[in-house]
Amino acid sequence: MIRGRIDRLRRRAGTTALPYLLLLPALLLELAVHLVPMVLGAVMSLKRLTQFFIRDWTAAPWAGLANFRTAVDFDAPVGRALLHSFWVTCAFTVLAVGLSWLIGTTAAVLMQDSFRGRGLLRAVFLLPYALPVYAAVITWSFMFQRDTGLINHVLHDQLHLVDDKPFWLLGDNSFVALVTVSVWRSWPFAFLTLTAGLQNIPRDLYEAAALDGAGVWQQIRRITLPSLRPVNQVLVLVLFLWTFNDFNTPYLLFGRSAPAAADLISVHIYQSSFVTWNFGAGSAMSVLLLLFLLVVTAGYLLLTSRRKDATA
Amino acid sequence: MIDPPASFRWLRRVLLAALTVFTLVPVLVMLGSSLKPLQDVQGPFRWIPSTVTLRPYADIWRTVPLGRYLVNSLIVAGGSTICSVLVAIVAAYAVSRYRFRGRRFFTVTVLSTQMFPGILFLLPLFLLLVNVGNATGVALYGSRGGLILTYLTFSLPFSIWMLVGYFDSIPRDLDEAALVDGCGPVRALVRIIVPAAVPGIVAVAVYAFMTAWGEVLFASVLTNEETRTLAVGLQGYATLNDVYWNQVMAASLVVSVPVVAGFLLLQRYLVAGLTAGAVK
Repeated sequence: MIRGRIDRLRRRAGTTALPYLLLLPALLLELAVHLVPMVLGAVMSLKRLTQFFIRDWTAAPWAGLANFRTAVDFDAPVGRALLHSFWVTCAFTVLAVGLSWLIGTTAAVLMQDSFRGRGLLRAVFLLPYALPVYAAVITWSFMFQRDTGLINHVLHDQLHLVDDKPFWLLGDNSFVALVTVSVWRSWPFAFLTLTAGLQNIPRDLYEAAALDGAGVWQQIRRITLPSLRPVNQVLVLVLFLWTFNDFNTPYLLFGRSAPAAADLISVHIYQSSFVTWNFGAGSAMSVLLLLFLLVVTAGYLLLTSRRKDATA
Repeated sequence: MIDPPASFRWLRRVLLAALTVFTLVPVLVMLGSSLKPLQDVQGPFRWIPSTVTLRPYADIWRTVPLGRYLVNSLIVAGGSTICSVLVAIVAAYAVSRYRFRGRRFFTVTVLSTQMFPGILFLLPLFLLLVNVGNATGVALYGSRGGLILTYLTFSLPFSIWMLVGYFDSIPRDLDEAALVDGCGPVRALVRIIVPAAVPGIVAVAVYAFMTAWGEVLFASVLTNEETRTLAVGLQGYATLNDVYWNQVMAASLVVSVPVVAGFLLLQRYLVAGLTAGAVK
């Protein structure tokens, strides 16, 4: 036993390079595709990088902080549009994450106990998560068509709730359409994660609570929800980052020109870069976005960890 | 919960039924409309097709080069899945079985790359691929290789995280016994750990495949007409003057079937893998 341990220690000491070697491929790949481009992006944001310098971007003239000044000059059109897009994204994120989390939690809690058909229902609920995003969003865009779509058919022709068929993918309604599709796509992930989290709650807790006379609602409030707190801490953060950075849903729903009411930040930056070929300005906006996300994430982690310490 | 009362059961029925409708309506629209003749999707929406036809399923291959997009997607998603799983297994083994300086730094760094918005490194990566291609003569921009490389890094962080959780749950004695018996670490990994972690590895593979199959942003910038994947190609139907919605729905269904079937067949492993990661 002891000899084995010494053997093991010796082996470990002789192979200190091995773990680094094993990590090397993963590290190199992440460096090449994520970290190096990100540093380059920061450099590019300091350059006047237009389509004339695509072939050799290092030749673009330095711009100092001009790109940043343009991005945050809220009196000028570029800055005003960026600020507007930022607020739209914030409102969209709060609504979509809140609803996804609420629906996911409700479904997970309701399906904690087994009942007939639970397995099938779980598979159904995971469908939106399993479908490729473009197939799902294209279907939604068909449903939102003014004249041929299901939504207006139900609202106008069948329920007579609206007098005139509204446009869903143009104007202010596009925000509603965007939130709906986003929630439809992301709540199954919350459901999946929370279902996994619920499996770790020992059944004894519920039995003890039931013996003490606690009803279903009390059991949910006192046992289920507090036990999910660690899972929720990560889940809400992940949902926030995904939703805030969501490009696919608006891009596929509205195409290259999103209506002002649904102009999410990712599409906004994409357009500022690839439609106008102004990479310097696009990079500056990206850097600002990253800074914002870092601050929010750090603040969130700090806040939730402190609360965890306080309750522990 | 123990013995929920009738009121709770009724609430459960109502809420879950509503949620089922919300979830399934788009899926039913996709299926139903893909079986409709063209005039059914050009007028006001109708729930039931006037006649059921399989024509859209035959036409989708001619309206846009869907076959080519499908092959491209299979190559890109398959290639990035294989690479991602191999790299993730090796990295997760190191994190799970060795204590070394920088271990925590590695996991945090790799995981944090997941939080960066894609748009942030899309532009520089695009320019990097163009410039490296120009300098070396290796065509990276517009090639499937460039896309495989990109996608595999997307699934890598989460895959490593999930596999570390899985490997941690495999008793250490198993592979340490193999080490004592004179197996090298690599053989211990291949012979002991990998067979014991098959469910986790399958889950990671499904996740990686789905990630690559569904990615839109990078596909729209890093591919050309030859290497276009489904994610971009499917939008081709919408840019035509007349949108043949029945064909669009048929094509959406066709490209969804492989991933949805795979996911539903293997969701048990995926949930198990997620739990192993979450318990950590």
